[in-house]
Amino acid sequence: MNAPANTHPEFGRAAAHAEKAFVRRYIFSTDHKIIGLQYFFLALTAVTVGIVLSLLMRFHLVWPAAHLPFVSGGIMTPEQYLALVTMHGTLMVFFVLTTAPQGAFGNFFLPIQIGAPDMAFPRLNMLSFWLTFSAFLCMMAAFLVRGGAPISGWTAYPPLSALGDVTGPGEGTGQTLWLVSILIFCLASLLGSINFISTTIDMRAPGMTLMRMPLTVWAWFVTAILSLLAFSVLLAGGILLFLDRSAGTSFFLPAGLVVNSELQMRNGGSPLLWQHLFWFFGHPEVYIAILPGMGVTSQIIANFSRKPVFGYRVMAIAICAIGFLGFLIWGHHMFVSGMNPYSGLAFSMLTLAIAVPSAVKTFNWLGTLWGGKIQFHVPMLFALGFVSFFITGGLSGIFLAQPALDTMLHATYYVVAHFHLVMGVAAIFGIFGATYYWFPKMFGRMMNETLGKIHFWLTFGAVYCIFMPMHFIGIAGGIRRYADATGPAYLAGLQPLHLFITIAAFIAATAQLVFFYNFFRSLRAGARASNNPWNATTLEWTTSSPPLHDNFDGRYPNVYRGPYDYSVPGASQDFLMQNMPDEQYPAPKGPSDAH
Amino acid sequence: MRTEVITDAIGLRGSGGNGANALPPGDGPNGDGSLRSGAVPQRAYVTGMLIALGGILMFFAALVSALVVRKGLSAVPWKATDVPRILWLNTSILVASSITLARSRRDFLTRDEAGFRHWWGVTTILGVFFVAGQVLAWRQLVAAGVYLATNASSSFFYIFTAAHAAHLLGGIVAMLAIAFHRGRRLDHSTATQVVSIYWHFLDALWLCLFVLLLLQDRL
Repeated sequence: MNAPANTHPEFGRAAAHAEKAFVRRYIFSTDHKIIGLQYFFLALTAVTVGIVLSLLMRFHLVWPAAHLPFVSGGIMTPEQYLALVTMHGTLMVFFVLTTAPQGAFGNFFLPIQIGAPDMAFPRLNMLSFWLTFSAFLCMMAAFLVRGGAPISGWTAYPPLSALGDVTGPGEGTGQTLWLVSILIFCLASLLGSINFISTTIDMRAPGMTLMRMPLTVWAWFVTAILSLLAFSVLLAGGILLFLDRSAGTSFFLPAGLVVNSELQMRNGGSPLLWQHLFWFFGHPEVYIAILPGMGVTSQIIANFSRKPVFGYRVMAIAICAIGFLGFLIWGHHMFVSGMNPYSGLAFSMLTLAIAVPSAVKTFNWLGTLWGGKIQFHVPMLFALGFVSFFITGGLSGIFLAQPALDTMLHATYYVVAHFHLVMGVAAIFGIFGATYYWFPKMFGRMMNETLGKIHFWLTFGAVYCIFMPMHFIGIAGGIRRYADATGPAYLAGLQPLHLFITIAAFIAATAQLVFFYNFFRSLRAGARASNNPWNATTLEWTTSSPPLHDNFDGRYPNVYRGPYDYSVPGASQDFLMQNMPDEQYPAPKGPSDAH
Repeated sequence: MRTEVITDAIGLRGSGGNGANALPPGDGPNGDGSLRSGAVPQRAYVTGMLIALGGILMFFAALVSALVVRKGLSAVPWKATDVPRILWLNTSILVASSITLARSRRDFLTRDEAGFRHWWGVTTILGVFFVAGQVLAWRQLVAAGVYLATNASSSFFYIFTAAHAAHLLGGIVAMLAIAFHRGRRLDHSTATQVVSIYWHFLDALWLCLFVLLLLQDRL
């Protein structure tokens, strides 16, 4: 712990600059930790709104004729329901699943875990956050304009999204705000990814080789590469859509299109072109959401099994493989678009190939658990929950990857169940795991363990009660996006299941109140955290809790070993931190780097 | 002396914590425990620019693939926009600017400050001429009744040229920032290097786009 470290003059300067007025310190801060917290609280706000929207949807599905005090006219219209669908999806995908795992935890912990004083470009980092924040305000403003929020879904398929008011309420100003928000978000994510990649490549402490990086860093690094390549394509597509909406171009609008008995004067564009551009972004986006969760899960499982990650090197390779394959399979979102069956076959085979690195990761998590001295702290429970949801959600993906099956299931709740489990809930459990795990480091206090366990078990059970029955509804033909399924007899028969799901959804949402209570109470009244409460090995646990302005107190840590040296035979304690030289804690040569 | 400048310019000095070349424990990230300009190694700026170029490349690749798909899927016959002749002049101006920029960088590396400033200024002015030329090209098209929404080809013409010009304007701003950033004299080796990489990239990108615009009928 007291390994020789390097002082360097610039750090003294940085530390001196740390004492700033409130605005520079907490609002327009360039400190990656403050920016990480800003992202975190932004995501917390967004997820709260997103949950409320989903509860409204669940309520409406079961009681479509209920009078709601806050809805003009009393009864929710189908368009209002679709606005909920759109905004729920958009907020959750962009402002929660992209913002929290990468923006919040990546920002806070990537520099510390590689032994750097900050991100490579701190001011760019600040700009990324404030652009993201502006995008969020712009998105929320869509609720407040005439016509309300857009109704074209988080995928914004044209022609619905491209023609303005004529296609429905919310498609005028609301859709414009949505699109502008997404364009700003793209820009923010691109700048952020440049920062993440450069920092990982050039800011590592001496001795921090690639194969000594924690798997969280690997995950954030690959996620940043995906962001760079995916968001630039969405930016291009978004600009084209914007021009179709506002400048009368016809990239996505076919000739002879009649909407609401009005002939649209456009010439020969293709809605399919948008789908290609969107899903070329959209599929990697799934991995942008889930890869950091995988990294966190590896970190937590190793920590609380007191064992090195089984097959560290393969785990790192699997992250890269998933990232690479993720760019080749966007077409599986478009099996029902009338694509050439041979293309469908290619996309299908490549999609199934993702099962290989995914299975590698799953089995290696189980291999890490095997024979470990498992400690069921709250972060560990959420990491195990992540593995559980990743498996159940991933298995239904194997069905959906086959065009013949997808054709039948595509428009049903089966797909809703699949993607919520694998990219929604699994990723959220990764976020929860990270929150409970790093809370002591971020805020210097411990979260309450009992409340955390109550939160876990309630959420875990309720979430399965929400999404497992959805598979049955989907197989029975329950169509997604329908605002009211009480009419047709074959759908009305599924209503009892919908009621069950709605009750489970309200229980799951209530369980989050436990989390919020625990979180905010622990901020002020939690037990003081030591520097390394979990007896962990990576560099963030060598710093104070919370870390100083420049992380390592004017020193560069020297890194002597791999990230997960737990239970090393012959060592005097069951964890060796990355900055512990061998001579200090004698350990056999060799196993520290490649497990 | 010259060697020092060059190693500095290509970012060898100030390369912190690259694990692959990790320095023995006890040494600073530079081997001497010091960094001349902040805790961020100079090489990170070059890395950052190269990564940004990857993103820009993907952005334009998406637009180009959109053109290819749009052309292939359209039910309406493709009518290629006649490329205004001034684009040939603009293209040669931009190519010339890359040559003057290379000259400027060479003077920079040999510590010929007057030469560096001269050719740096010439490059900036050529960049401004290029953008002005692109605006003239748009005016010619407008005069001929070819607008953004006239047909798919014209839409792509305006988007390609506008997106490229917007990026080049960013380059011009960066060039001016370096030109007018007095006081530190030749101390922005990394800055000139990063801007040079960006400028040459935009030059090459324009050549590709120009060829695409010329040959769009044959795709």
